[in-house]
Amino acid sequence: MRRYMIALVLGAALVSPATRADEFTTTDVDRWQGEFDSVAKKGRELWTSGAVGTNGVACAQCHPNAANTHPETYPKFQKQLGKVAQLFEMVNWCIKNPLQGNALPADDPKMTAFIAYIHKERKGVAIDAGRH
Amino acid sequence: MTRLITRRSVIAAGATAGTLTTLPISMVRLAFGGTREDFSFTYISDSHIQQIKGASFVRNWDMGLKRAVAEANLITPEADFVMFGGDLAQLGKKEELDHGGEMLSHVKGKLHCVMGEHDYYLDLGEYWSKLYGPQWYSFDHKGVHFVVLNSILTTDEWTFHRWPTAEQRMLEMAGLDNPNGSPFMVGDKQRAWLKNDLDKVAKDTPLIVFSHSPLQKIYKGWNFWTDDAEQVQELLQPFKTVNVIYGHVHQIQYNQIGNIAFNAVMATAWPWPYPDTYAQAGAHVPVLTVPMNRADPFFERDATGWQMIDVNSGRVTARYQLWDNQERVVGFDPRLGKPVDKKYQEAIIRKAPQQHY
Repeated sequence: MRRYMIALVLGAALVSPATRADEFTTTDVDRWQGEFDSVAKKGRELWTSGAVGTNGVACAQCHPNAANTHPETYPKFQKQLGKVAQLFEMVNWCIKNPLQGNALPADDPKMTAFIAYIHKERKGVAIDAGRH
Repeated sequence: MTRLITRRSVIAAGATAGTLTTLPISMVRLAFGGTREDFSFTYISDSHIQQIKGASFVRNWDMGLKRAVAEANLITPEADFVMFGGDLAQLGKKEELDHGGEMLSHVKGKLHCVMGEHDYYLDLGEYWSKLYGPQWYSFDHKGVHFVVLNSILTTDEWTFHRWPTAEQRMLEMAGLDNPNGSPFMVGDKQRAWLKNDLDKVAKDTPLIVFSHSPLQKIYKGWNFWTDDAEQVQELLQPFKTVNVIYGHVHQIQYNQIGNIAFNAVMATAWPWPYPDTYAQAGAHVPVLTVPMNRADPFFERDATGWQMIDVNSGRVTARYQLWDNQERVVGFDPRLGKPVDKKYQEAIIRKAPQQHY
């Protein structure tokens, strides 16, 4: 019986990584959080930088701590865009208009950084998609 | 008698609300009783004129100041004088102060200016002072004693010893939410001057004090704050009728602390969110305040504007000229002893756009 148990434990340790998908350690969690935080930190740098657009205006001039961006309400209907829009589309609207810059692709690392920072500052607020 | 005149004046101000945003502007003035004359002045603030490079400036901010000056000049009868509430420049540059100053030079009537942190922290107010004179001073007008303070000073260590260059010092203070900034203060020297100035004024003389930062503590994280606010308030409280008008916050705020009524003014450049909408901070907005409408960014001048300030029996009524919204009127209610919005004060009649989150 004892030998059988040892064999089972050994067997579990030797199976393919796919069967261990739900196994992660606090070290993993810390690393993943660190990855997120470093991207959000990059987002904060961009947020306060005058170099995103062409006129030196920074996102933070109107949105200190990314306040009044309401990421929890997207996607939502934007009457001036005439459609249900995603957060990245509003970020691009701001880059094009008050910042007089060029829109970023949705998956541009800079856009990811913006979205990460905006959400980090809004942490804890309940998702409420569609809210105006 | 004073109470009656004030209330009638306030009602009259409300009655013109629908017409004031349509030019030309006509103002209703009431006969005054007693020894004090009712009058009005205009208040323009926070234009943040921002140089891109050379002779190129951010168009959006330019348009705000130009529009405010043009509208203020079209009021009949003319206001007694014009206040500019600080932050004429974005980064304190000569080019910005000159460009903004050129636009401001078109205002009709005497101009008084308040120092903002965006005007100050590049050269510590040197060039601004060449254009506009002393950084703190007082004057009397029609029975009211006016005081202008430079409330955006801070510690000597931060100002003189923290930063390698003047440009970096300016940039660090220019970021509203920058944790490397430093709390604003009026400071010992200026408070001593204020005490001396007020010692010569009778306690029943109405006072109107202008500062850039709020002379009350709202949210330190965004410097909606003056560190020695209580000490300044202590000097003002012995007066029966005190009004503080401040810029910096780019939003409608009002409050009452003891004898002191507070009114904040709008920016011509851009609006700011209310601090209690920042999810990571437990910030406070004065409970009396009915917020401005939430800004619609698709309308470039929305949630910006300028003010007509009526002074009735020494009390301030702020009439907010809001470019893409209806005018708001916030005036001192002598019955309640505090400023109230003339239309929206009661919670049940507030509008959906006044809900911020």
